Amino acid sequence: MVELPKTNERDWMKQRVMAASLCVLIVFMLLFFRLVYLQLIKGEEYHRLSETNCVRLKSIKPSRGLIFDRHGELLVDNRPAFDLVIVLEDTGPVPDTVSLLASLIDEPYVDLMDQIQKAGNAAFYKPIVLRKDISRDQLAIVEAHKFDLPGIYVEIEPTRHYIYPGTASHLLGYLGEVNKKELESGMLPHVRAGDHIGRYGVEKSFESYLQGRRGGRQVEVDVNGRVVQELKTVAPVPGQNLHLTLDLSLQQLAEDLLEDRDGAVVALNPANGDVLVMASNPGFDQNDFIGGISTRNWQALMHNPGRPMINKTIQAEYPPASTYKILTAIAALEEKVIDGDDTTFCPGFYMFRGRRYHCWRRHGHGHLNVVNALAQSCDVFFYLAGEKTGVDALAQYANGCGLGRPTGIDLDHERQGLIPTSAWKRKRFNEAWYPGETLSISIGQGFNLVTPLQMAVFTAAIANGGTLYRPRIVTAVKDVNGNVVKEMGPEITGGIPAGKHTLDLVRKGLTEVVEGDRGTARSIRIKQIEMAGKTGTAQVFSRKTGEKFDNENQKRTLRDHAWFVCYAPAQNPVIAIAVIIEHGEHGSSAAAPVAGTLVKKYLGLPGPEESFDDASEG
Amino acid sequence: MFDRRLIEHFDWGLLVLILLIAGTGLMVLYSAVMAGWQGNGLHYLFKRQLIWMGGGAVLMTGVLVFDFQKLNKLNLFIYAACVTLLVGVFLFGHSGGGSQRWISFAGVSVQPSELMKIALIISLASIYATKVSPEGLNFRQLLKPAVFCLIPVGLIVNQPDLGTGLMLLLIAGSITLFVKVEKKVLLILGALSGFVLPVVWFFGLKAYQKSRILTFLDPDRDPLGTGYHIIQSKIAIGSGMITGKGFLQGTQNALAFLPEQHTDFILSVLAEEWGLVGCTVLLILYFLLICWGLNIAYNCRNLFGSILAFGITSMIFWQIFINVGMVMGLMPVVGMPLPLVSYGGSSVITNMVGFGILLNISMRRFYTS
Repeated sequence: MVELPKTNERDWMKQRVMAASLCVLIVFMLLFFRLVYLQLIKGEEYHRLSETNCVRLKSIKPSRGLIFDRHGELLVDNRPAFDLVIVLEDTGPVPDTVSLLASLIDEPYVDLMDQIQKAGNAAFYKPIVLRKDISRDQLAIVEAHKFDLPGIYVEIEPTRHYIYPGTASHLLGYLGEVNKKELESGMLPHVRAGDHIGRYGVEKSFESYLQGRRGGRQVEVDVNGRVVQELKTVAPVPGQNLHLTLDLSLQQLAEDLLEDRDGAVVALNPANGDVLVMASNPGFDQNDFIGGISTRNWQALMHNPGRPMINKTIQAEYPPASTYKILTAIAALEEKVIDGDDTTFCPGFYMFRGRRYHCWRRHGHGHLNVVNALAQSCDVFFYLAGEKTGVDALAQYANGCGLGRPTGIDLDHERQGLIPTSAWKRKRFNEAWYPGETLSISIGQGFNLVTPLQMAVFTAAIANGGTLYRPRIVTAVKDVNGNVVKEMGPEITGGIPAGKHTLDLVRKGLTEVVEGDRGTARSIRIKQIEMAGKTGTAQVFSRKTGEKFDNENQKRTLRDHAWFVCYAPAQNPVIAIAVIIEHGEHGSSAAAPVAGTLVKKYLGLPGPEESFDDASEG
Repeated sequence: MFDRRLIEHFDWGLLVLILLIAGTGLMVLYSAVMAGWQGNGLHYLFKRQLIWMGGGAVLMTGVLVFDFQKLNKLNLFIYAACVTLLVGVFLFGHSGGGSQRWISFAGVSVQPSELMKIALIISLASIYATKVSPEGLNFRQLLKPAVFCLIPVGLIVNQPDLGTGLMLLLIAGSITLFVKVEKKVLLILGALSGFVLPVVWFFGLKAYQKSRILTFLDPDRDPLGTGYHIIQSKIAIGSGMITGKGFLQGTQNALAFLPEQHTDFILSVLAEEWGLVGCTVLLILYFLLICWGLNIAYNCRNLFGSILAFGITSMIFWQIFINVGMVMGLMPVVGMPLPLVSYGGSSVITNMVGFGILLNISMRRFYTS
């Protein structure tokens, strides 16, 4: 220790303590003067302000971002809603005012008082909402009698407005009031109680852009609660606008074509993965969710067997059925267990280990190569091709083609489907893989499950030469002035693991499906352009081979699902589509015409609606 | 071997001051929490504060028993224990109010950042006691204290608890200036920060970080959040005028206009109900308390004790200055309780332990090392 001489140390310490004391004295004088300033000089003013309790905080909600389609067509905007509120402090005798109000706007007195009761301990000076979104008539009456209704105010709330009710409802999504748990989680720093946030669809995925920032005003109000002067204002920051890849007119056409049938349609631009159509039927009216959906509406939605709250393009998993033969063909060609010239004889069934596996065409297809097999959707050809390839190799190609994994679209709840392997079966059922099961999955039955979006992405990849894109739903986020805040370019997630030779053969087969004389979808053929596609009929109810079936009298829910995937024009594709009609029976008759009509519309092909012949397929 | 001189030298004056302030504090807290209280009997916050005060008094007495110079010997151990707790908070702590500050032992939650204040004061006193010279400290001598200070500050700011982190820096800075730093060093440090800060401001920070700091310095930039608190606080204080509205008569208070009225903004309740008179009395009590602490530092015959007493006093001083300044709209809004008046267990306990150390030094002021 450095020893200072004792007397010096005392002097030194005295000097340091004196310096510190001086600082302390100055600080306390400063605090005292501030106190005198606030309590003496400004005291009168603050006393007046405190007596009327008249400094209020009025929040200004930001307007939520708008949503446009790919052509700049407005899909979702905001409209003003008029909310009736009461500020108890300004009201005088509450029952008198409320009963007058009740008789004026023709609402039950008890209901209005209930709202006040519910607010419970809400501070005296805070507005309590009595009625949300009152009608224009009620608004006019309240405004006319405003001097008889002290403490009753009308607040203008920007409210979400879906311009085309029910259109693209699953893609656009809906809003819901934020709940207490979410508020307390701290994940939503700019959201306050009573605010609405995206709950589903794009409204949810892009919440952070759409939301905007709340503003507010510090105001001084008079005894009647009217603003005397504004003390400070913070302008709200409006939410940012979304520009979707969706094509509104094509979407509307797809929804019209589905009519009252349950099912889904996805259309993509094969060049970049843009989602042109995302339709799921039945849907719902998003406007019903505004201000809280009524119990009756909610029950109706929840109990509808068509599952309207599910976006079937990404949340529903179906057996891919014959559309899966595209995959089997790719795998078999790449594994070189077949080649383009190999022919197989189809007698109408395939004997495998003592059991008959039927072709959908009972009397057989005769000799076919892979192109003809795709065109005519011969089961026997693909039983053999699949058997030679093997379940695990098939699965590997399926995964390579984007099946069995999420596509990565910017929407919640996307299912990944299921591509079985022998290891998966052992793990799941603790059972070995049976060779017969390979035959089933080769034609897309059995354990296989896919979503319509996955099939659309796969089809688009075949159309564009093998590139798998992440389906894109938003191209750009722009601020209110139109400046681009964020641009989303196309994103490649992989490539079909197949060479040009294989893809050319497959594409030839798919073109034959529509253009060939024996193609299963020849009924949708049009003169102007060539199309390529693949039909599918997914068994919902597994029937025993050979069992006779009376479709007419079969219960509707046991009928087969109808699939159709396609792209057009066949040589230079600009659109790829996947359609599924639940319980639609045949891909060729139920699903293919939907796709055909969409293609014509998208390509702007004129001409009267052709009547599509009823062709049958298995 | 109990020294009878200890009783004779007991600092009754300091104890009386502490009791007066604590009594005032309880009275104001009573008003703050009882306004609008619907329950039976005393408000649970008031009861809890009584328990904290009782516990604090026990701890304060406990601190009196041993010779404060033991702290000099144990300083590294205490420091290491507190830093370990802070790291523990980082790894296992639980959050309250948006940041991770608490750690639990056998059902009791403690806030290690509060304990750290005392530990840092002890460590710095111990380091500086061997380094003091009339010319002041040079760069090399400042290195070790700087490291001792920055480790806990870094951990606490990371929680994030900006207020307490800043508090540690202020305490450490005060102690360092108290033991004197070479003029040259001061000038260079000043010039350096004058150069580095603008560089960090313009190149190191993102726009939102800047905006957060600006709002911190100027609450009016956020008139709907802290700015609103400040204006309500100013209205409450100003409306008290000279003599106040009377005990339990504050209207701002009763209508719950005041945010945090029982914790950080409690002074506004005193100001509204007791006016300039009440506030001046409290300020005088605090002023006497600080002077008393400085006097203890001056009278101690042991350098470690002097610096320790000064450190504790500076801890109390900065809390008063920042809290009162904040409530009156002079200072940025940070979470800073008013010693012995604001509701809050951590603050009561830390300050009571601090007072215990002051009393301890005072009654052993004739001890030399």
